[in-house]
Amino acid sequence: MTTATIERSPSQAVAEIGQAPPLLRVSNLSKWYGHVVGCRDVSFELRPGEVLGIVGESGSGKTTLLNAISGRLPPTSGVVEFDTSRFGLANIYALNEPDRRRMQREEWGFVHQNPRDGLRMRVSGGANVAEPLMNLGNRHYGQMRRATLEWLDRVELDTSRIDDKPRNFSGGMQQRIQVARNLIHGPRLVFMDEPTGGLDVSVQARLLDLLRELVRDLGLAVIIVTHDMAVARLMAHRLIVMKSGYVVETGLTDQVLDDPQHPYSQLLVSSVLQI
Amino acid sequence: MCANPLIVVEDLAKTFTLHNAESATIPVFDRLALEVSPGECVVLAGESGVGKSTLMRSIYGNYLPTQGTVRVLHDGTYVDITRALPHQVLDVRRRTLGYVSQFLRVIPRISTLQLTMEPLLENGVDAEEAQGRAETLLSALRLPRAHWDLPPATFSGGEQQRVNIARSFIRNYPVMLLDEPTASLDAENRAIVVTLIQQALDRGAAMIGIFHDSDVRDAVATRLFGVSEFKAAA
Amino acid sequence: MTARQNEPERYYNYAYLDEQTKRMIRRAILKALAIPGYQAPFGSREMPVPYGWGTGGIQLTAAIIGPDDVYKCIDQGADDTTNAVSIRKFFAKVADVATTEDTAAATIIQTRHRIPEQALTEGQVLVFQVPQPEPLRGLEARETETRAMHAYEEYGLQYVSLYESVATYGRIASTVGYPTMIDERYLMSPSPIPKFDNPKMNDNPAILLFGAGREKRIYAVPPYTSVRSLDFDDYPFETQTWTEDCALCGATDSYLDEVVLDDSGERMFVCSDSSFCSDRRAAGHVGSMAGHQLATLDKALV
Repeated sequence: MTTATIERSPSQAVAEIGQAPPLLRVSNLSKWYGHVVGCRDVSFELRPGEVLGIVGESGSGKTTLLNAISGRLPPTSGVVEFDTSRFGLANIYALNEPDRRRMQREEWGFVHQNPRDGLRMRVSGGANVAEPLMNLGNRHYGQMRRATLEWLDRVELDTSRIDDKPRNFSGGMQQRIQVARNLIHGPRLVFMDEPTGGLDVSVQARLLDLLRELVRDLGLAVIIVTHDMAVARLMAHRLIVMKSGYVVETGLTDQVLDDPQHPYSQLLVSSVLQI
Repeated sequence: MCANPLIVVEDLAKTFTLHNAESATIPVFDRLALEVSPGECVVLAGESGVGKSTLMRSIYGNYLPTQGTVRVLHDGTYVDITRALPHQVLDVRRRTLGYVSQFLRVIPRISTLQLTMEPLLENGVDAEEAQGRAETLLSALRLPRAHWDLPPATFSGGEQQRVNIARSFIRNYPVMLLDEPTASLDAENRAIVVTLIQQALDRGAAMIGIFHDSDVRDAVATRLFGVSEFKAAA
Repeated sequence: MTARQNEPERYYNYAYLDEQTKRMIRRAILKALAIPGYQAPFGSREMPVPYGWGTGGIQLTAAIIGPDDVYKCIDQGADDTTNAVSIRKFFAKVADVATTEDTAAATIIQTRHRIPEQALTEGQVLVFQVPQPEPLRGLEARETETRAMHAYEEYGLQYVSLYESVATYGRIASTVGYPTMIDERYLMSPSPIPKFDNPKMNDNPAILLFGAGREKRIYAVPPYTSVRSLDFDDYPFETQTWTEDCALCGATDSYLDEVVLDDSGERMFVCSDSSFCSDRRAAGHVGSMAGHQLATLDKALV
């Protein structure tokens, strides 16, 4: 019944997961705020095309960890290395500031929980989405506008609203503008901090679908922080479970959720309401 | 057959520890060994609760064995699922090790056709061809065309199961784990699944299966494997 | 500078500022000239006019002026507005300098929001009064961020503003204080001059000094430096144009002010640069409304 067709070699994204060197390597990362612990001794690697979920309750250290690994919060100890296009695998905090800022702008994306933190509210949605292109040196208005329209379409926004300001959009739509803004420049790694927190369930579902598709189509590596286990199940290939600043468990998403080993992971999973 | 086995399980043990229930431990099996060669369909036998599903999930990496190794032949070398890096296990699952579960984990808003195409798209097959193959398979499984663009969330159990089958058989996985693939299917559909399984075995696939339906079991099994022989001491 | 012979002792130091202040400002000027377009901070002093009335320009002039200079002061192109007259009188008094309305004759020209039509020459200094030295301030409120942007040459945000203009108006609509790149390195606000004047700054033989008293910044464009107005490849920089000519002198290539003449909306267009216009009239050029009373207003030249 099924015709046996020769399968072409796997897509770049697929092959990359198998053989590539790590895209991001975090080694023994710790961050203390004075005597208060943010996160302790965190280590992991991330490969191109992988989605890593960081889960845990409020106060577990996941936001601290996300900020530290995205270059926004120098750690107290430990190393964060990224496979930069200009310098190869480099300690991001050893880079000088202009180089680090440039890497953050050109090779990374960061989707904030609140779109107001990730958008310029006083300029149009279109300008927000085109800005990364301008940062990369694009000086052709028409070209940038076309690219922006394509991306607005891709995130399922009405393209006729390209010149509307973000405040004229709903929260879910603002979040889509933020997603487009963070992908238009073709980053290799995108950080997401509770990207669907605060959205209605149906809006959340649509946004997650969109993100899954984009991750698959673009071969993106993503680190997503969430306290919602359903989001973790849907989006992440691997999970890190945090409690009180420590990583208590790590593994494939389905393994951590179906066969949690650590008492805290077991508690988390059993607490999730099934509907 | 003289070919190398595609699955080699050695000294496998699994005990569940429920930390939040006063650390109750549930031992399942111990020192379990199993090899499956190309063209073999090993059917796990034993009564309910003996650990058939647990064994299957442990082989897939969905459960973490307490002890032992699970080696799968992938790209010419054996990968130990219990010790491999996450990205390696994901690669094995993507290209070599297929898994048909009893339950279709439904992702909202993804259509039946899309779900069926996904394993092909993830492996670099172009969208048009993937769609063609998916449509052929869905037709063969007698799923109404009208349902192809709908997400399976509202389908009957039997229909959902057939979507599951389609998703798992759309590619030629060298190794397949089948956990009650024909549960909730009527006789006609069961026969179609049996044909799919037999075709895969003829292509040299190695399979481990759990079948409650004796007709299906008898049609596809090359041998039985009694999980209860490896029952762990309580 | 010391007082000249036989002169009564001044109540103020020469050119009003004390010598230490002049030294500090001169250092800032040198730094600004060495890094074209870079905003050098300086210790802005209390001046006889409040902030917002040209203290930056006045301090620059005071730091560099000498008794052999010839000083011209214009406000929106005119030598005869109240403030231009005030400041010119001020320097005549505290710096003992000759003053003039003739652009070609001046060694220091202090200006509010215009560049004279008459081309400048080597040896001249044009001092601009600047309200807001930071070109990105309207887009980025944080000083910490704008300083980093200049330091790291991160100017994408300025293009966001241009994009927004094209998206809203179909063209880059800025007409005043149009952003420029200096020596292809620093983004600079040329002060609120009309964009018509921007091309004059490019490769100019004179020294251009910019002073913001309230914001405490000095920046400069040394002679023969590249000054490029920002634009898009498909929306190139354009200056203003008029269908009319100057009604008094007939000039076709100067910046024109629109003057409303009466309650019925009658209007005339006149050169903004008053000295340029009167020179042309003196040379015999006539415009369509030559003889209008505007041309004969007596200017009390001090």
